[in-house]
Amino acid sequence: MSDVIYDVKDLRLSFPDMSRKPLLGPAPRIEILKGLTFQIPKGEVLGIVGGSGSGKSTLGRALIRLIEPDSGQISFEGTDITHMSEEALRPLRRRFQMIFQDPLSSLNPRRRVGGIIAGPLRLHGLEGIDARVNEALDMVGLPRSFASRYPHELSGGQRQRVGIARAIALRPDFILADEIVSGLDVSSQAQVLNLLEELVRELGLTLAFISHDLSVIRRLCSRILVLYQGEIVENAATADLFAAPTAPYTQELLSAIPLPDPDQVWA
Amino acid sequence: MSFLSIQDLTVRLRGNVPILRRVSLDVAAGESRALVGESGAGKSMIGKSVLGTLPQALGITGGQIILEGEDLGQLSPRARRQRIGAKVALIPQDPLTALNPSRRVGPQITNRLVDILGWSRKAAEARALELLEEVHIPDPARVMRAYPHELSGGMRQRILIASAFAAEPKLIIADEPTTALDVTVQKQILRLISDMQQRHGTALLFVTHDLGVVSKVCQTMTVLYSGKVVEDTKVRDFFASPGHPYSAALLAATPKYTDPDGSLTPVPDAVIRAVEEEVAAFDRQMEGSA
Repeated sequence: MSDVIYDVKDLRLSFPDMSRKPLLGPAPRIEILKGLTFQIPKGEVLGIVGGSGSGKSTLGRALIRLIEPDSGQISFEGTDITHMSEEALRPLRRRFQMIFQDPLSSLNPRRRVGGIIAGPLRLHGLEGIDARVNEALDMVGLPRSFASRYPHELSGGQRQRVGIARAIALRPDFILADEIVSGLDVSSQAQVLNLLEELVRELGLTLAFISHDLSVIRRLCSRILVLYQGEIVENAATADLFAAPTAPYTQELLSAIPLPDPDQVWA
Repeated sequence: MSFLSIQDLTVRLRGNVPILRRVSLDVAAGESRALVGESGAGKSMIGKSVLGTLPQALGITGGQIILEGEDLGQLSPRARRQRIGAKVALIPQDPLTALNPSRRVGPQITNRLVDILGWSRKAAEARALELLEEVHIPDPARVMRAYPHELSGGMRQRILIASAFAAEPKLIIADEPTTALDVTVQKQILRLISDMQQRHGTALLFVTHDLGVVSKVCQTMTVLYSGKVVEDTKVRDFFASPGHPYSAALLAATPKYTDPDGSLTPVPDAVIRAVEEEVAAFDRQMEGSA
């Protein structure tokens, strides 16, 4: 079991559906995750794909316990964190970090890059903060002088590097990356993906990479989970999924991607 | 003859910083042309220049926009608005912000016909129903009475497409119309735009950063960098062999899921430097001749 970081069993999660809430009484619940079971082995880069509303972001947020599931079980390195209290979770939080989709809204505009990266380090009471900030900047390929800049002074790709630096500065075991390249130009996207791949290798990270873009997933991930309306419709090694997708939804997803090729038959 | 001809269009920020640098391009009736580039390349600004919706701080400082032989710059503001309103329509990027959330869908389609083109409300409504059917919206009569928030993103984008085609414009400017949509919905929407464009013989100016989308929808394309045209070519020729190192690098950076190792190459620094220099040299020449 020691080589599995996440062990997820029959995970269920629902939200109240406020649009159907009666005047009095509780709102009916809408099921977002309908019994998901899977594992994430150590060192794996797991791609999570699905359309909007498929539950991929909700799943990610449940993994790092930003939201609490209704039922089922999430074990993180053997510890059951499904219903763990916020206090009990705190020491664990250092070990699972998140990189957000929109680097501009997830970086405090009034703080300098150095302070942004140092924030979680202080929160967890770590020593040698300056050295760690510098090291994190080095690792994401930003000059150390960027520590004194503000987020608005940076390009989209550079901001996303800051988001990555903040996540890796804590030396987590697991990182959740939610659509982190979807707002970037192709060139910055390629840079960020290359960087992520390098970091996974060098730091021995385990990564869950949520994306709607199968081209990007193929580039980075070793295994792919396809979600459709809150259920796993396919869980396969990347090569197998692209060679022979089994679920009809995966096939539909693949055939909908417009390849940069005028000869592609887009049936 | 081209329906839209843009010649040496220069747009500046507060009369100073160039945003578009002597951009020239033509779109013939029925032609579908892509405007491609990274963020900040100025691709959306071309569309906004044509529509007369440039942000306040930006202004056209040189060049001409010729619509069906008429130089828009020579017309009075009123006449210009009338021409643009009658001949050009926009399919915007974000269907949620483009629709008024507090009004039903129907009037938002028919208003343009009634207010600008002087149709009777009855005729406009009949036309709207017909169009909603044409964009494959089930139960169009019900959708006409719905509010935008009651519809999915794909449905909202269909409504905007219907609305864009309502007055039979001769040119449609589509500004990243599918970026906010899922790939499966994107495919349907792109198909729909293509079909409608061909059926109605409309010229299309399609702003996008996605070369995959370009290869599906357009016949010709203009590649921009920093507001300057780096390549103007046929889509087939571009994908066979890009005519500029920058466009080639852009193509190489585009992910392709059929690529087994899927390696991606960011646009190399040397290519960026070269194209930046090209732009600077162009600027010097522009200032010299101005």
